[in-house]
Amino acid sequence: MKSVAVIGASLAGLYAARALRAQGFDGRLVIVGEEHHRPYDRPPLSKAFLTGATADQGQLALADAEEIAELDAEWLLGTRATGLDTQERAVLLDGGRSLTTDGVVIATGATPRRLPGPAPAGTHTLRTLEDAQALRAELTRGPVRVVVIGGGFIGAEVASSCAALGHDVTVVEAAARPLVPQLGDTMAGICAALHADHGVTLLTGTGVARLHDGGAGHRVTAVELADGRLLPADVVVIGIGVRPHTAWLEGSGLPLDDGVCCDAGGVTPQPHIVAVGDVARADGTRAEHWTSATEQAAVAVRNLLAGRTVATHRSLPYFWSDQYGVRIQFAGRRLPTDIPRIVEGSPDDRSFLACYERDGRTTAVLALNRPRPFMRLRRELARAAQPVTT
Amino acid sequence: MIPVCPLADLPTGESVRIDTAPPIAVFHTDGQLYAIDDTCTHQDASLSDGWLEGCLVECPLHAASFDLRTGAATCLPARRAVRTHPVTVEDGMIYVHHHAAEEGTAA
Ligand SMILES: Cc1cc2nc3c(=O)[nH]c(=O)nc-3n(C[C@H](O)[C@H](O)[C@H](O)COP(=O)(O)OP(=O)(O)OC[C@H]3O[C@@H](n4cnc5c(N)ncnc54)[C@H](O)[C@@H]3O)c2cc1C
Ligand code: FES
Repeated sequence: MKSVAVIGASLAGLYAARALRAQGFDGRLVIVGEEHHRPYDRPPLSKAFLTGATADQGQLALADAEEIAELDAEWLLGTRATGLDTQERAVLLDGGRSLTTDGVVIATGATPRRLPGPAPAGTHTLRTLEDAQALRAELTRGPVRVVVIGGGFIGAEVASSCAALGHDVTVVEAAARPLVPQLGDTMAGICAALHADHGVTLLTGTGVARLHDGGAGHRVTAVELADGRLLPADVVVIGIGVRPHTAWLEGSGLPLDDGVCCDAGGVTPQPHIVAVGDVARADGTRAEHWTSATEQAAVAVRNLLAGRTVATHRSLPYFWSDQYGVRIQFAGRRLPTDIPRIVEGSPDDRSFLACYERDGRTTAVLALNRPRPFMRLRRELARAAQPVTT
Repeated sequence: MIPVCPLADLPTGESVRIDTAPPIAVFHTDGQLYAIDDTCTHQDASLSDGWLEGCLVECPLHAASFDLRTGAATCLPARRAVRTHPVTVEDGMIYVHHHAAEEGTAA
């Protein structure tokens, strides 16, 4: 393989580029990214960056100048891939250019879902640095009424950051409780209680009907709920999940189904094309977590260089979230029927460790502010789940 | 010189954090004591909560690893080293010689 193009210059794309070089690929490496920035880290955008604790944009950078030089890649930033011609092995770029390449790493991530209808000024989604800067600018102009639509991890983190900045915050969640799919009912309830601890109102079981603005092109004034209630709002943040960035692959012949379908090694039906990170539906599941994006990259690149699937990504799913000064960490694969049991600490203190159990076996582990025992159990789970390979 | 705790209270394989500015983590590995800055250079996790393996400590948040002898980051996502601090034991008490405190530049 003499040339590889990595499409998407963010977390998974950078880790794929690193893995290519680390695994001995010394050919032409082109990294195409729609954003104008070198890879930066997204998790701080809803946390330290939003509150201003990490005000310096440079601190978000995922690679320093030295490493960029070592990677010896051609960076096509501010450039969008618009199509993939698998026959000609060409990536089509905006502006009519194209890039012929032996291997392709698809790392185009995901983009926030939006509400139907127009989005008046004052409404935000949060994925990019610009999104975070725009939101932060609105939050530093004095106290405002913020309505966060969606009580998932991003929504909860944004609510927490807004509350820390002294704003009046309401979270609207369509489900009866946020985070139930991820954590199950009991544990989701404990996490949802964090909002009330910090004076944030959580409204559940109702969707959003529409946003009100003060006339055409004016700012948002209120959020109208499906049950008719009207919530006055100066700033609205929409955190209702993401869609994988696959539009550019329509018509390429690659199987797409809420992500790029690939095997557990990230390999698509075309062995010279692999997919990694939030955009990849690997072996039927799509992860939207930092750690899986980094881990998948090394595996997929190995398969790309081998020309077939020689390795699969099977490590234990893991994610963390920081809200209201509480660090939430979760690892494992739980089924809705698995029973959580608190083995250390207490929900009342917002500090505990819980194991999810199935037939007397631990399947997953959740911690609030208990990093040390969490880490020990996470390692034990990973060892049990994975036959030792070299 | 900052007193940490009696050596007897820090068995092999254990770690303790002291609330200096910035905080320091003290580790007791097989027969050795090490002190490093407690905050991971990647983000803000506390390395005293990390996983100790030989002379390496793994960060509890994103699994960066640091060499306790040199402070060097031995794997991503951390890229910068943590500072190391000399440790001594006197009359059964562990002491850390805190650079920042000694230089008068507690940052
Ligand atoms: C605010 C926020 C907070 C988060 N917090 C956490 C957390 O606490 N814990 C956790 O585990 N995870 C967290 N995540 C998730 C984590 O950041 C993602 O899983 C990770 O960024 C996925 O990396 P990726 O490279 O697959 O996708 P992305 O980071 O989405 O990168 C994809 C890149 O591809 C580019 N692109 C898209 N289409 C094209 C195209 N056609 N041509 C060229 N370029 C294109 C995009 O512009 C983007 O730069 C958070 C995410 C966000 C947004
Ligand atoms: S905070 Fe330590 S690895 Fe990220």
